[in-house]
Amino acid sequence: MAVIRDMIPAFELFQPTTLQDALALLAEYGDEGWALAGGLDSFDWFKDRVKRPTAVVDLAGIESLRGVRPWGDGIEIGAMTTLTDVIENEDVQSRYGLLREAASHVATPQIRNAGTLGGNLCQDTRCWYYRSGWPCYRAGGNTCYASAREAMNREHCVMGARRCVAVNPSDVAPALIALDAQMVIAGRRGERVVDAEDFFIGPAIDITRMTVLKPGEVLTSVRIPPDYAGATFYFEKVRDRQSWDFALAAVATAMVTSGGNIQRARVAVNGVAPYPVRLENVERVVAGRPVSEETAEAGGAVATDGAKPLRHNDYKVALLENLVRRSLRGTEA
Amino acid sequence: MHDVEILTDREPSGYSRRSFIKGVIAAGAGAYAAGYMFRAPGGLAALPSAQGSVERLITLNVNGQRRPVDVLKQETLALTLRYKLGLTGTKLGCDRAECGACTVLLDGVPHYGCSTLTHQVRGRQITTIEGLEAADGTLHPVQQAVVAEGGFQCAFCAPGFIMSMVALTASNPNPSREEAAQALSGNLCRCGDYNKILNSAMRAAEYVRQRA
Ligand SMILES: Cc1cc2nc3c(=O)[nH]c(=O)nc-3n(C[C@H](O)[C@H](O)[C@H](O)COP(=O)(O)OP(=O)(O)OC[C@H]3O[C@@H](n4cnc5c(N)ncnc54)[C@H](O)[C@@H]3O)c2cc1C
Ligand code: FES
Ligand code: FES
Repeated sequence: MAVIRDMIPAFELFQPTTLQDALALLAEYGDEGWALAGGLDSFDWFKDRVKRPTAVVDLAGIESLRGVRPWGDGIEIGAMTTLTDVIENEDVQSRYGLLREAASHVATPQIRNAGTLGGNLCQDTRCWYYRSGWPCYRAGGNTCYASAREAMNREHCVMGARRCVAVNPSDVAPALIALDAQMVIAGRRGERVVDAEDFFIGPAIDITRMTVLKPGEVLTSVRIPPDYAGATFYFEKVRDRQSWDFALAAVATAMVTSGGNIQRARVAVNGVAPYPVRLENVERVVAGRPVSEETAEAGGAVATDGAKPLRHNDYKVALLENLVRRSLRGTEA
Repeated sequence: MHDVEILTDREPSGYSRRSFIKGVIAAGAGAYAAGYMFRAPGGLAALPSAQGSVERLITLNVNGQRRPVDVLKQETLALTLRYKLGLTGTKLGCDRAECGACTVLLDGVPHYGCSTLTHQVRGRQITTIEGLEAADGTLHPVQQAVVAEGGFQCAFCAPGFIMSMVALTASNPNPSREEAAQALSGNLCRCGDYNKILNSAMRAAEYVRQRA
């Protein structure tokens, strides 16, 4: 599809200053409404005429959705906090370095200055067939162009696929899963809290959505408990260019060690499945073992159990095993 | 004179048509080159306003000046700057948050003008490449450094890079080459001498330090 460089098709723009007003507007417009954060995912859809909401509800005026505050012994980060503000926050830097690392690997400075934590977590997949407006499963159609024989699918899934093989592109998501974070969601009927790993969904649950958010719901904040504060962290993202680019694969690991032994660990990866994947089998294998090359090997060996590469992406299987292995050696990166 | 026609194709609620036109003309928004952008067929450009939605006539703070302007709800900052305020130093390359040609500063921080709605920046200090030189025409130290280094070839990317350099040197006047590269990593150059661009950035930092 041609890249169009002109005015975005018209929509109505609302800039509410309270969450209640935003929820009311989103409820009123239903499927025709669109929550706007930094806009870096949204505007591409609008410019390409692939998604055409009637009403855009800009969440930027809602003060309560912004900033980092204490939450018990942990922290709570408003969904509208920019990635730059997350990176520069002192608590994030001193206690949750994994999140800092992940957020600073996102895109470019300009994008991190405008892009929000919530927008990064709620962003849609970057599968170019889908983004170009092809009528695939995810778009409500009945085929997946990326898994066709002649398809270009070097960047697509090696696990977790069901019909759709697009991957979740967020760098921040696996870090939050490794930190055992919780997502706070507001809807017209109140608030619900879900674990980070349950927030993201794959095509087996709903092929048209990336998260559990229903139309009209807003992610208001992310809560990070103290359990892994100051743990041994490892984040690594592999991409074709060293800036701008989305991950071919990324790993985020948090380990609590004591006397040279891994007491407990959480390992999550992204860029390899339709949702960020928590590797519980790896966590089980390494728990209780000494921090060592043997332990790292054992973890890496089970990292890709059940992986099913496509025609052009079997490199991701080896890549993922190596990333997981490196993340378990007890060195920070 | 289709500019006036464009600016008034829908009346924002709460403004008389007359005072509205006057305001815009007084602000110096004369002819602009891309009237077609604002006159898409099929009523694409504007809808009747719904209750409680944003007002189209707003005042922006651009390069220290107050600029009243009529802005469509879906209009990006790059379009407003270029085609309504005549500030064509801000370039449009990809229009997809990928190249940085449209980089402007919002409260001193670099943002992509192509991927920001103008209505999102009400009340913020917008700085474009036109706003860098002093009142007497003296170039900003970053601009002087770029001239001294001959940093660019076709220079289409230059305004964007320069805005990123201005933000970098203001927050970190003593960057390492690596830090400068990080700060400029959201800007692309097709002619492609990133080394010369980094030389410019390092010299810019030097000039900024000398000034301080
Ligand atoms: C060129 C480019 C490169 C990029 N590279 C990377 C990368 O390497 N790694 C990476 O992780 N990301 C990358 N991104 C994504 C980017 O980091 C942004 O996070 C992302 O585009 C969305 O953030 P936003 O705040 O701009 O959200 P928006 O675009 O405003 O919103 C994105 C989506 O989330 C929904 N949404 C936003 N906030 C909420 C909320 N609070 N509640 C409910 N729904 C919400 C919106 O309705 C929309 O559907 C890239 C983007 C671009 C344009
Ligand atoms: S024109 Fe805005 S980033 Fe390319
Ligand atoms: S000098 Fe030509 S694009 Fe940079």
